[in-house]
Amino acid sequence: MRLTGSQLRCVRGGREIFAGLDFTADAGEALAVVGANGAGKTSLLRLIAGLIAPAGGSVALAGGGDDLSPAEQAHYLGHRDALKSALSVLENLAFWRDALGGENADIGAALAAVGLDHIAQLPAAYLSAGQRRRLSIARLLAVKRPIWLLDEPTASLDAHGQAMLADLMRAHLGGGGVIVAATHLPLGIPARELRIGERA
Amino acid sequence: MTALFALLRRDIQVALRIGGGALIGVLFFLIVVVLMPFAVGPDLALLKKLGPAILWLGALLASLLTLDRLFAADHDDGSLDLLTMSRTPLELVCLTKAIAHWLVAGLPLIVATPILGLLLNLDGDATLAVALTLLAGTPALTFTGMIGAALAVALRRGGLLLAVLVLPLSIPVLIFGVAASNAAVLEPAGFGAPLSILCALSLAGLVIGPLAAAASLRHGLD
Repeated sequence: MRLTGSQLRCVRGGREIFAGLDFTADAGEALAVVGANGAGKTSLLRLIAGLIAPAGGSVALAGGGDDLSPAEQAHYLGHRDALKSALSVLENLAFWRDALGGENADIGAALAAVGLDHIAQLPAAYLSAGQRRRLSIARLLAVKRPIWLLDEPTASLDAHGQAMLADLMRAHLGGGGVIVAATHLPLGIPARELRIGERA
Repeated sequence: MTALFALLRRDIQVALRIGGGALIGVLFFLIVVVLMPFAVGPDLALLKKLGPAILWLGALLASLLTLDRLFAADHDDGSLDLLTMSRTPLELVCLTKAIAHWLVAGLPLIVATPILGLLLNLDGDATLAVALTLLAGTPALTFTGMIGAALAVALRRGGLLLAVLVLPLSIPVLIFGVAASNAAVLEPAGFGAPLSILCALSLAGLVIGPLAAAASLRHGLD
């Protein structure tokens, strides 16, 4: 399996963010997107996720599901965590498992893996920023997708949480997955750097 | 199908819990209709004549009031991104959200109509007729309003834009809704034709609404 972006060009609000961007990521490989604020890290992830239409170029996944687009085989972990405050931790995760098609996944195990199993019945409104992030990560475990698109995944996680995330990412890569992460902080796993926003 | 049922259940759950706002529409409906007899005065014949129009106006405004949050909440918390990326077609997601909205915001209006009919001096048959026209017509309001709600999210404008966009689309529904209700109150013979047109508007909305809403959501992705 190989995720490829070729000659990607992104324009936001009439301003060109980046152009002529090429990258590849093979199965079991992590790509760390680095660059200054506003360089287009989030834009690149959203472009791969199909949430922004590229102004030029294309994203392709070779060796994945035949009739699915790269976006349909990807998890996107963004700044906004897609949690409903009125629902409990368990209900939020159960909804995303069903909505994303992870029919028989054991969400109890996913919650235990991110250390939230003791507050499964708590409404999401009472979670701290770090706990919300952990709950979002549990979504990646509950539904299997080969591509993980992570936007600042370590943000608001404590040291223990960062180590936990590194373990989960290692396991995902070990299973033949691909990770593209936009980050300022060390991810805790070996990753190839993709610098964007710097004119050579 | 599992995904759509999960979405339906979640939207209803979120709306019914504290802060969900399921009751805002029906409370607004109640306020409009309860205040009207005080404004018009104790003229029972006049109230009876105005009754269907008041009920329909109240229902129309109440559904406008609640529709602007249809996609905005999911857009703000990032759920819309994930729903767009999921393997379920966005059109079906929009349809499901509209059905969930109608169940929590439209259906209570119809349930409240018989009680409010008493305040407007409508007899049993007339109230039943108005409730029937609301049952046939409110889905059309939801589906046309959904297009406006999707455009409001795509263009990042607030609820006022929704009202301006949706009002012209809801005028035919209002005309035929009141026509059918008045026919039932005054001359039962002319009830069938406007009711059929109302049903036709709802069915057309059922087809066009989700397609148009999904198209504008896709266009407005950022």
